[in-house]
Amino acid sequence: MPRDVTIRRKRRTIEKGHSMKRVSLALISFFAVGFVQAAFVQVVHAQAQDKPKDRGTLQSVKDRGTLSCGVSQGLPGFSAPDDKGNWTGLDVDVCRAIAAAIFNDPSKVKFVPLSAKDRFTALQSGEIDVLSRNSTWTLSRDTSLGLNYTGITYYDGQGFLARKSLKVNSALELNGASICVQTGTTNEQNVSDYFKANNMKYELIAFSTADETIKAYESGRCDVFTSDVSQLYAERLKLAAPTDHAVLPEVISKEPLGPVVRHGDDQWFDIVKWTLFAMVNAEELAITQKNVDEMAKSAKPELKRIFGTDGSLGEQLGLTKDWVTRIIKAVGNYGESFDRNVGAGSKLQIARGLNKLWNQGGLQYAPPIR
Amino acid sequence: MAGEPRKPPLRLAARLRRALGGQAGWGGVVVQILFVALVLWVGYEIIENARANLQAQRIASGFGFMSNTASFAVSQALIPYTESDTYARVFVVGLLNTLLVSIIGIVIATIIGVLVALGRLSPNWLLARISGGYVELIRNLPLLFQILFWYLAVLATLPNPRQSISLFGAVFLSNRGLVVPNPVPQASFGVFVVAIVIGIVASLVMGFYARRRLFATGQKLSIWPFVLAMLLGLPLLAFVLFGAPLTFDMPQLRGFNFAGGARILPEFAALTIALSTYTAAFIAEIVRAGIQSVPKGQMEAGASLGLSRGETLRLIVIPQAMRVILPPLTNQYLNLTKNSSLAVAIGYPDLFSVFAGTTLSQTGQAVEIIALTMGVYLLISLVTSALMSLYGWRINRSLAA
Repeated sequence: MPRDVTIRRKRRTIEKGHSMKRVSLALISFFAVGFVQAAFVQVVHAQAQDKPKDRGTLQSVKDRGTLSCGVSQGLPGFSAPDDKGNWTGLDVDVCRAIAAAIFNDPSKVKFVPLSAKDRFTALQSGEIDVLSRNSTWTLSRDTSLGLNYTGITYYDGQGFLARKSLKVNSALELNGASICVQTGTTNEQNVSDYFKANNMKYELIAFSTADETIKAYESGRCDVFTSDVSQLYAERLKLAAPTDHAVLPEVISKEPLGPVVRHGDDQWFDIVKWTLFAMVNAEELAITQKNVDEMAKSAKPELKRIFGTDGSLGEQLGLTKDWVTRIIKAVGNYGESFDRNVGAGSKLQIARGLNKLWNQGGLQYAPPIR
Repeated sequence: MAGEPRKPPLRLAARLRRALGGQAGWGGVVVQILFVALVLWVGYEIIENARANLQAQRIASGFGFMSNTASFAVSQALIPYTESDTYARVFVVGLLNTLLVSIIGIVIATIIGVLVALGRLSPNWLLARISGGYVELIRNLPLLFQILFWYLAVLATLPNPRQSISLFGAVFLSNRGLVVPNPVPQASFGVFVVAIVIGIVASLVMGFYARRRLFATGQKLSIWPFVLAMLLGLPLLAFVLFGAPLTFDMPQLRGFNFAGGARILPEFAALTIALSTYTAAFIAEIVRAGIQSVPKGQMEAGASLGLSRGETLRLIVIPQAMRVILPPLTNQYLNLTKNSSLAVAIGYPDLFSVFAGTTLSQTGQAVEIIALTMGVYLLISLVTSALMSLYGWRINRSLAA
């Protein structure tokens, strides 16, 4: 018996030694983990404050040295990388114009390609400063998504692309058709409204990216491909035989496309909004990339206000006096950008149509810079 | 065991200390409490931070959006669905589509997997090589690539509906899917179903009886003629007495697509084929490992008992192999279910595509929708593994008995 007891006692002391070591180890690791986690939480806090209100988007863009701009994953004419990897397009020009106004350098933009599905989340979360990605302005996006549309870069409408061999001349002949669409777009909902209103049946196949959608259409999975008309022209260029496909005449919806910013930073909202207005106003006043330097010397009061030789309008925005000069030198006026990217000077050859200036029979109208 | 003296029962405090603190004792308890508190605090900070940010940007939150009208179409719905239904219904439609592709995928993957495993173990040189080649080819290619291959390279090359491949003018195969006659239940359908159920129950009872008889007396009862009569005869009788239980709605080409009939969408087919062939390659290896883990002596022992090869496999080898197979097999089933979210690439309307995709981008309720979707996938996985654990527990119990 006594021998047994001593052995037991010995064992217990050994165990205790072990457990002491273990406790101290656990405590050390606990504190280490604690510090890491405290640091992590602080980072989370910091990131939260980094975003909108405290410092303001303009300041954080300036600190970062680049503008982070959400664009499409490749839509010719609006936002697509060329063979050298440079992004070009109407939507891209808006971002370059903003960068030019801030940094006097249109190349200081980081383009973030986003699918239709992910675009608003990227903006909400602060991954991008501005979303310039053929996005339709709707009430719910303006409100419950916590976003602000800053203007309209392109007045569009939804249409259908169909094979010529189908011999369909009107969207009203599409009863029973299979329709390919990109998910997360207003197009999905418009199709539903249109077919219901016309008492027609259809089958909707929704894909997550534009490329998957057009591929499925090309493979014959769908009879028609539906999207904004401008996109139909752009995507048609990607098909093997673009001339075998035609855009049907019906336009079934209003699709005003424009740049978007987050709620909660009015200064940034103003900057993005007035950058676009500056481009439209420049076209109206015939200020072009070529003549901008001459025009800047003009004694006309209107031009003096715009070019900042009179007053401090640019500074009121949080920019510099010569902000318009910078914008026009970088991307040209709205008309120049339109022609270069989607209009007569581009592969797309889309007519100005609704996107003509208001005084030429279109809808593009910008408030005065004064 | 018998040589050691019985330990006195631990007192409550000591027992608690052991349960909570383990080897470290009360010190361990304190560390654990602190750690849990820390984890809770970090979790609280993260949620509170997200909530504050959402509020600052005035993004709506909560699940109120679920009762709003979805206003978009879904190509495949197992329950009636129109564009004027709510997002809540979209959620159910997506969930059912995910479950459908998962369950069918699991069944097919298991069948192919077992066949390939048996093929790999077969003494037939050619069969073993083909099965081995299948496993090495399929499991080494990315799944997304395989899904796109089946969808864009195989199914999309089928002819358009106007030139579809027709079988007896009733079944049509085209790039819009496989269209088959749609069975429509008639008045006598209920009686017919009852007849089948009675047949199945009677067969099970007879099987049970025969088994007990075998164990009690060693006599083998041959029951298959009765089972056949029950399973075929009863429904046939119902058919003769009450008329045809089903009529078929035949598909007809009208305009762009087929009207009438039931249709298997190419998106569903491509996803099911890709998921089940991919997972089958892994299952085959698991089954092969399981069978090979049973000592050869077991097979010989079975033979020396006078059992046939098939009986030895069924009664001796497979039950023992199942113990090894089950845990990794559960993993594969879970993987298949989770991989079904790749459906979004080919436009199959699964939960991830219609709910965490379309609904998310239309409502912008990212936090709520992602949380709900994660919860659902977690729940599906937990239920799957619970069922598999239950099965494993039964096998272990019967082996132990």
